[in-house]
Amino acid sequence: MALLSVRNLTTSFHTRNGVTTAVDDVSFELKKGEVLAIVGESGSGKSMCCYSVLGLVPSPPGKIESGTALFDGRDLLAMSAAELQSIRGTDIAMIFQDPMTCLNPFLTIGEQLIEPLVYNRQKTRHQAKYRAIELMRETGIDRPEQRFNSYPHEFSGGMRQRVMIAMALITEPKLLIADEPTTALDVTVQAQILSLILELQKTRDLAVIFVSHDLAVVRGLAHKVLVMKGGRVVERNATSNIFRSPQHAYTQQLLAAVPRGEKTSEDLSQSRTVLAVSKLNVSFLDRNSGKRLTAVDDVSFELQKNEILGLVGESGSGKSTIGRSILKLVPADSGQVHFAGRELLRLREREMRLLRPQLQMIFQDPYASLNPRRTVFDTLAEPLLYHGLAKRSNIEHQVLALMDDVGLARTAIRKYPHEFSGGQRQRIAIGRAISTRPELIIADEPVSALDVTIQKQILELIIQLVEKHSLSMLFISHDLAVVRSLCDRVMVLQRGRILEVNRTENLWSNPQHRYTQSLLESVPQIES
Amino acid sequence: MTVGNVIMDAEPGASLWADAWRRLKKNKLAVFGLLVLSVLIVIALLAPWIAPYGYEQQNLELGATPPSFAHWFGTDLFGRDMLTRVLYGGRVSLAVGLIATFVALVIGVTWGTIAGYLGGRTDAVMMRIVDALYALPFIIFIILLMVVFGRSVLLLFVAIGAVEWLTMARIVRAQVLSIRNQEFVEAARAMGLSTPHILAKHVVPNSLGPIIVYATLTVPQVMLLEAFLSFLGLGIQPPQSSWGLLISHGANVMEDSPWLLIFPGLALSLTLFALNFLGDGLRDALDPRVSKD
Repeated sequence: MALLSVRNLTTSFHTRNGVTTAVDDVSFELKKGEVLAIVGESGSGKSMCCYSVLGLVPSPPGKIESGTALFDGRDLLAMSAAELQSIRGTDIAMIFQDPMTCLNPFLTIGEQLIEPLVYNRQKTRHQAKYRAIELMRETGIDRPEQRFNSYPHEFSGGMRQRVMIAMALITEPKLLIADEPTTALDVTVQAQILSLILELQKTRDLAVIFVSHDLAVVRGLAHKVLVMKGGRVVERNATSNIFRSPQHAYTQQLLAAVPRGEKTSEDLSQSRTVLAVSKLNVSFLDRNSGKRLTAVDDVSFELQKNEILGLVGESGSGKSTIGRSILKLVPADSGQVHFAGRELLRLREREMRLLRPQLQMIFQDPYASLNPRRTVFDTLAEPLLYHGLAKRSNIEHQVLALMDDVGLARTAIRKYPHEFSGGQRQRIAIGRAISTRPELIIADEPVSALDVTIQKQILELIIQLVEKHSLSMLFISHDLAVVRSLCDRVMVLQRGRILEVNRTENLWSNPQHRYTQSLLESVPQIES
Repeated sequence: MTVGNVIMDAEPGASLWADAWRRLKKNKLAVFGLLVLSVLIVIALLAPWIAPYGYEQQNLELGATPPSFAHWFGTDLFGRDMLTRVLYGGRVSLAVGLIATFVALVIGVTWGTIAGYLGGRTDAVMMRIVDALYALPFIIFIILLMVVFGRSVLLLFVAIGAVEWLTMARIVRAQVLSIRNQEFVEAARAMGLSTPHILAKHVVPNSLGPIIVYATLTVPQVMLLEAFLSFLGLGIQPPQSSWGLLISHGANVMEDSPWLLIFPGLALSLTLFALNFLGDGLRDALDPRVSKD
């Protein structure tokens, strides 16, 4: 008998612009001790499925149109809000993507952990504390007795997610719903959290619904997989079958889009050096302690013409700061940056401004890096007109040529950024970066905010443009698979220091540093 | 061919404003507001020609009379025609309201934008100056101005504007502080654009929403401030008048002659309604995300 049985669930949103169906006739079953993964890209309705079952869909505008969700024989969708609330957080628990926003910054971790026990289960504070500390130990939080009285900001991202898991499990639920629980985490931390979830699931015989966009993460975890697209389930199967013989075209497309393979690096020893960074140091003033924190520590490297140089590291390793300080968007403490025969760090802003067209940047988030009040035309024409690279009389043609280059439809020229999808926006941002015909582009996580199929297209575009315009690129990323498929050489960064630089094939076949090894081992694999 | 037409439609570079105008024209309430405001301004400008009587023309025998055919808005205690007084009062009130707000807007936006964008020490110094001016009792400030420059209506506009810009500067600075850290501003810097260009094209257009809303709120504030100053003898002098003065006089005799309060009050309310509709419409029109077409 199934623990949770969802039948013909349909949820839609009624807005001024009409009705959109977020979840369209979805059915699935989940037994005790089973792990079900719901996989899909953004907007596929995978999270909305879970929210509908738990009565967490914002209403209005959301509305559950039809369906049943039998949990232990009772229909969740027919329950009153009060009944549902008593089941949520006791029999069904949920963990979310961003552990920071889900913890109250004003209460200690301990207080938040024992809350459900004290208020819902009528335990004494003493009993509850004992139980909480036991669970904290079980979820891998060291020194739980002391940590019990710490505040959320004193925990790292991974530790916070452990707290969230402890919080979810404290009422001994039968079903755990995890909504992208590792997406905001670094890859080594992700590996730890995934193995923790798996271990807890086994020891408690928990049923788990694991919502993710990442097929590789799901592979080592789930018993069966539901692939969703546009609110519908397009394929359901046992995990091994999904990966071995995907039936639906969309599943095949998803699997094909996962970056794989290794770039065979070209021999660039003969080509000229475009960028030379030596002994770069950057630090920030920490307002709380008044001390200077080192973000970039004595970094030196060179970048050759036509080379794509990868810069990998986890969050806080200083990889973005390196990119920004080369462009003088962040002031450096010391060091030298040689580009186009000049030493950039010593240039005045006025002189630097003249060089900037040759040295461009692509940002991570295409929703933030485009001015929402400027059309595609404005955005792409601005650098050309400002630097006198085009005349007003033929600016249209140059902008249109640029749009062709990055694969944007010409008819979109008068549209504003919000009218585009994430991938198209990133195309606009890339178009802006190449508009001035730069020699070097610094790409800061250009594909990490994008869905995997879109990511593949953007990566292909980048490769194509690098060849067409013989660009050199510093490619900053946390995603090792992407870097491996794209870059000629890779630098590994940890706490502001470069640990290792090597040609891509050498780095993967023979990583020298221990940190690099653990980084490479942590990456979930889609192929065995 | 269609592609060519799409581009030719609008002047490159001015597209935000061109688009805003196109969107504003589709917003019925905003167009109505604009229309009412224009009519009011035209009437005020034409007051000497269309007013049925002279604004200082007294008829003491008549005294305060309710609205009649001869005097549509009635007459005041001195037997002066209220319609004429409201028409003339509108000249002063609209001029003060719009000009002083414009002065406040120009100074406030410039000051706030520079302080917010440059940040650091410049910001600290500029905002402490604003704080110091806040602390100064503004009546004293205005009296000082009057003493130094002599009394004139033009000075009244400037003086009020010079007080009202303080809040505007704070609002703009707060906006700019959040906008300057957004990636598109960083992208503009990476593109090698100069700071004035970035401010004009990227920062200010994105802080227009609150600026416009606050500006529409400033207009009535300024009109009432003018009445207050005039009441103290620092503003315009009798027999000239303004809506604010007419209202404050009317309020004193509300029970005996309510028409003396109602008509100037209506004129002021009508202006404020029109301004609010126009302001809301402008804010929406300047934000491409609010609605498609």
